[in-house]
Amino acid sequence: MSNLGNFVLIGLSNGLIYSVVAICIVLIFRSTRVINFSQAALAMFSTYVAVSLIDRGVPYYLAFLIAVIFGFIAGALIERFLMRRVESKSPLNAVIVAVGVLITLEAMAGVIWGATLRNFPSHFSLIGIKIGKSRLGISPFDIFILVVVLVLLGALVFLFRYTKLGMMMRASAFAPEVARLLGVRVGRMLTLGWALAGAGGAVAGMLAAPRVFLFPNNMDAVLVFAFTAAIIGGLDSPVGALVGGLIMGVSLSLIGGYLGSDLENPGAFLILVVVLMARPQGLFSSISERRV
Amino acid sequence: MEESTISGESNENLVSEIPPKQLDQAASEKIKLPLWRLPLIRNCGIGIVAIALFFVISGHLSLYRNYQLAEVGPYILALLGLSLLVGQNGQISIGHGALMAIGAWTFALFQLHTKLPLAVLLILATLVTFIFGSLLGLVAARLRGPYLAGTTLALALGLPDIATRYRSLFGGYQGLQITQPSPPAFLGATFSAQQYLAVIDMICIVIGIIIFANLIRSKTGRNMRAVRDDEIASRISGISVQKTQVFAFAVSAGAAGLGGALLALVSSNVSPGAFTLTLSISLLAGMVIGGTGTIAGPIWGAFIMVYVPQWATTATEKLNLNQGIAANLSLGLYGVLLIVIILLAPMGIQGLLRSGFSKVVLRRQGKLSK
Repeated sequence: MSNLGNFVLIGLSNGLIYSVVAICIVLIFRSTRVINFSQAALAMFSTYVAVSLIDRGVPYYLAFLIAVIFGFIAGALIERFLMRRVESKSPLNAVIVAVGVLITLEAMAGVIWGATLRNFPSHFSLIGIKIGKSRLGISPFDIFILVVVLVLLGALVFLFRYTKLGMMMRASAFAPEVARLLGVRVGRMLTLGWALAGAGGAVAGMLAAPRVFLFPNNMDAVLVFAFTAAIIGGLDSPVGALVGGLIMGVSLSLIGGYLGSDLENPGAFLILVVVLMARPQGLFSSISERRV
Repeated sequence: MEESTISGESNENLVSEIPPKQLDQAASEKIKLPLWRLPLIRNCGIGIVAIALFFVISGHLSLYRNYQLAEVGPYILALLGLSLLVGQNGQISIGHGALMAIGAWTFALFQLHTKLPLAVLLILATLVTFIFGSLLGLVAARLRGPYLAGTTLALALGLPDIATRYRSLFGGYQGLQITQPSPPAFLGATFSAQQYLAVIDMICIVIGIIIFANLIRSKTGRNMRAVRDDEIASRISGISVQKTQVFAFAVSAGAAGLGGALLALVSSNVSPGAFTLTLSISLLAGMVIGGTGTIAGPIWGAFIMVYVPQWATTATEKLNLNQGIAANLSLGLYGVLLIVIILLAPMGIQGLLRSGFSKVVLRRQGKLSK
């Protein structure tokens, strides 16, 4: 297997993780118009919940499910008791409260579970699949991630495009006043949006943990790359988030492989600038560029 | 013409910020006003008095207190820049930590390779960051809201890595050392280095605030607010949205660059560890907490940025917990405080003071019943 091929495969499998988080960011942006920095911490916290359950002998899938439910509830609580209070204020206030939640959750995780790195069990092998004599940069676990991402994506597209609930969520985000006049319980829709993003975050955390290990701020870097991925994709489109994640994953892997890993972060900035200069609204955004 | 169109708008916010009529006319029709009523002259006067006062006060403070004050200064400047950009011009940046880094390294490199005096080094750091900011501003002017936030976030993450990559030039993880200037001889032998740093900070801050105060009262400042409030309407009124945004970004970057240079000077070192993503995010938090777009906001914000984490650390140290838990508790305390302050004072500390003040005034005039 050539170097190039392997870099691309490794990039794709990293990219899938960015995609999952990016899809959650898109979800929350579509349903609340807030950039959610606490997403990373919620994902990490849910993963810790799962791992302490697994340590106590709970089977993997059950722990996975409980983590997702935990993420769902935590997301709803954060929206209902914190975000609701800054909703009518400047959008920056929501961003700062989310940052506060991020810091607090990371500190709590540090107090409860300690700040040391720990391994996270994965249900599938992390070692590359063997074809002939060479190993590919893609493992059974990556295929598991791919399946989960596609299911998540399908569910989201279905929710937003084909259900009344999804329509109401979009309406509350775009035009809360009008939606309220038409009888949509806007507050509930916002809570639901955060809850779903929390659940999605838990999935993302569970998928990312075997790769990046588990420690209180393990998801921070993932969050930044996922955010850039979501922006490249257009922030509004789940498919865009998937493609954006893969673009980020592959290009970062190529930059890291050929130019050195310390150029990955500056590379992310350059990729973002290049893409956004060509298309300021991202690749897949359905909103046309604002003409002033 | 264009100004009158904008100031004639029913936007309450805009109208309230326009200076008293007299001053406005003085600017446009050259009505002779006493010199001390011209904003620039008056502000410079207040500034000189403030510097002189600070000079005297800092002489009575301990070395440690002076150093603590000097630590806050760089952040006040960076926050002033950020506040101008976000509060007046409506553009967001989560990358001001990176701009501070550019100022800091410019300062360090020029100090290392040339023998220029301190003032020139600081001006150079400001200029280089100003130029970088105008380039970044060209990019930023095409982006809105979250797209701009994401791009600047990526810059904040990526830029420090350049320093570790090009070790021979930027010094790698250890960074570069900075020699702190010793106070000039005419200030006397008892004048401490710490007090000198605090006074340098103060002079830079006063210059920054004067520029900020005059800028927001000028035509450019009104253009910025017009662009912030409605891009389409400003375009119709003949304001170049792109030019205004690029200029705001450049000035804002310049202030951040000067802040970065001062930070390098105060901590006598420039290293990637000082300019992480966390710095950029806490700058944003400091700005909102202080009061976005106000003149005094950056001062409150900077004090909170520097002292709240320190205070949280000492508070948790007293509990005699093991080190890991104590560190996390103080971090958590900081996070909770961020949330609480934003919930209690959504317009920032300056907003809180301002609304409290106007309530007092109204009550005196009997316009507000209890």
